[in-house]
Amino acid sequence: MYAYDEIDRTLVNERVSEFRDQVKRRLSGELTEDEFKLLRLQNGVYLQLHAYMFRVAIPYGTLASKQLRRLAHVARTYDRGYGHFTTRQNIQFNWIKLAELPDALADLAEVGIHAMQTSGNNMRNVTSDQWAGVAPGEIEDPRIWSELIRQHTTLHPEFSFLPRKFKIAITASDHDRAAIKIHDIGLRLVRNEKGETGFEVLVGGGLGRTPFIAKTIKHFVHGRDILSYIEAILRVYNQYGRRDNIYKARIKILVHELGIEKFSREVEDEWQHIRNSSLQIDDEVIEDIRSRFTYPAYEKLPHMPDELRQAAADPDFEAWRKNSVAAHKVQGYSIVTISLKPTGKPPGDATAEQMDALADLADKYSFGEIRVGHEQNLALPHVAKRDLPALWKALDKLGLATPNVNLITDIIACPGLDYCSLANARSIPIAQELTRRFANHELANLIGRLHINISGCINACGHHHVGHIGILGVEKNGEEVYQITIGGRADENAALGNLIGPGVKFDEVADVVEDVVEAYLALRERPEELFIDTVKRLGVEPFKERVYATR
Amino acid sequence: MTSPLEQKKIRIAGPSVVTANRTWDGAVVYRTAAKDWSADLSQAAIVCNSDDAKALLAESVADDVGAVGAYIAPVQVGDDGKIEPGNLREQIRRTGVTIGQPVQA
Repeated sequence: MYAYDEIDRTLVNERVSEFRDQVKRRLSGELTEDEFKLLRLQNGVYLQLHAYMFRVAIPYGTLASKQLRRLAHVARTYDRGYGHFTTRQNIQFNWIKLAELPDALADLAEVGIHAMQTSGNNMRNVTSDQWAGVAPGEIEDPRIWSELIRQHTTLHPEFSFLPRKFKIAITASDHDRAAIKIHDIGLRLVRNEKGETGFEVLVGGGLGRTPFIAKTIKHFVHGRDILSYIEAILRVYNQYGRRDNIYKARIKILVHELGIEKFSREVEDEWQHIRNSSLQIDDEVIEDIRSRFTYPAYEKLPHMPDELRQAAADPDFEAWRKNSVAAHKVQGYSIVTISLKPTGKPPGDATAEQMDALADLADKYSFGEIRVGHEQNLALPHVAKRDLPALWKALDKLGLATPNVNLITDIIACPGLDYCSLANARSIPIAQELTRRFANHELANLIGRLHINISGCINACGHHHVGHIGILGVEKNGEEVYQITIGGRADENAALGNLIGPGVKFDEVADVVEDVVEAYLALRERPEELFIDTVKRLGVEPFKERVYATR
Repeated sequence: MTSPLEQKKIRIAGPSVVTANRTWDGAVVYRTAAKDWSADLSQAAIVCNSDDAKALLAESVADDVGAVGAYIAPVQVGDDGKIEPGNLREQIRRTGVTIGQPVQA
């Protein structure tokens, strides 16, 4: 966990006071909506279909149990008793009254949580691998660098009025769990031949109306230079990024139009001016941040405790363990992913009661720490293997032991037309139907790793472009129509999916997905060949034939 | 986004209302003939041509404190005079999410 200092606490508290005054002036009419809109967006407040939506940051996806309890308190006190975990390590509340927002912010500030830069044309919440600090084989904890960038960019005047929103993600493992290639800047921690820590820097990734996979702009930037290098990128973007057309304003368009070579030359020129400035990071600064991350006092535990050996006789436990429990860097411990995708429920939603109970379980079994991943699931990062059977039973009682992580029902979905003012079609009911259709665990297991991503509009908050199966809802002649892509992925081999054919109606989507899956089961060379690999080997055609043969 | 009043041409294809979100709590509201806002669609002022729609929208937007984000939305008016939303989006705004909520208020 990271311990915030007095500067952070003062900043967050002052921000609450400032926003309280702004809300008061808005409600009295002293501020018009045009004047107020930018101010509310800078505090994570959107106006959606039914009400104000309030988006709260969870920096690098790390939460203390007391923070999760406070999020539950906000859900219960100011909202309708639940929250929605998003694909950007944020949580959203859907029904908060403007008049009560300052109180909610003040309650969150008491435990070091804020909503700054969760919306608007600025640097958004810096995201990271949800297994940071505990994943075996990572170069080092990427949250140290996420925190450095967070500190540098929070309320930074040069980054507060960018041409468009700007997103950075960091990973430190070979397997990319932070989806860095679909970010404006993706950072991958690496070591050079001298053993020094640095970053491969990628730029220009992003989804939405015009999707791009990020390109490597530099293979190694030393850790001490990363802020100056990021700032050089931002300065080039700030200078050349288009502000005249919202659809062409993201850095991915600039990189595409200039070409990565010219863009990198511009960045390099800028960087040479600033790299040896005060932006160069002293070792002491990094060490100070590093020292503020505390890690549990792990015990020396056996690799295979008796409790785990005995529980292995229970097939339900084993199904969950194989699906939800991952290796930890410390022997005797595990990382447990908690699926927020129970059958028939909206992906990513958690009730206040579930959040409180998870906070209790984190205290009991995971040194009081919880993680939030971009797949809209949670994780307990430090669970002793001996405690796995007891934790599983407790999660099962909460309805949170669905063994479907990375399987076909572990669906990422945006809120869609049920909540979002931008959406053209519903996402969540499609996800709900698919979780019912593939609820049989044996079938899901037979299918194996398969990610479905659903977006209710072209803005792609459900990351449909990079779903193994991507579903995009559009509106056509007043009806919801869904376009299906296959072959996308968001990991270290990130790729955009390909359309399989004309859009289909709301009621047909689950049938089409079933057809695609049946085609895969018939076409795969062996059970170990994943869906994504079969698509890569065969392309779209055989799936297209299967889906449209009778439509 | 273009604000409603900056839209040069407002064409409506049938009966319409002006809807918005109430400023203090964000609730869905409709502009009434009494130049007020109501959460009840049946109280909404109905307009049937573009000039009337523009006028109603202009008057609604002018009330910046009562409600925000005003725009023209289609409705269907039954033979009995009952007003129903004219598309799925407005139906969802009126009756709530189609998916059930973990906890009802």
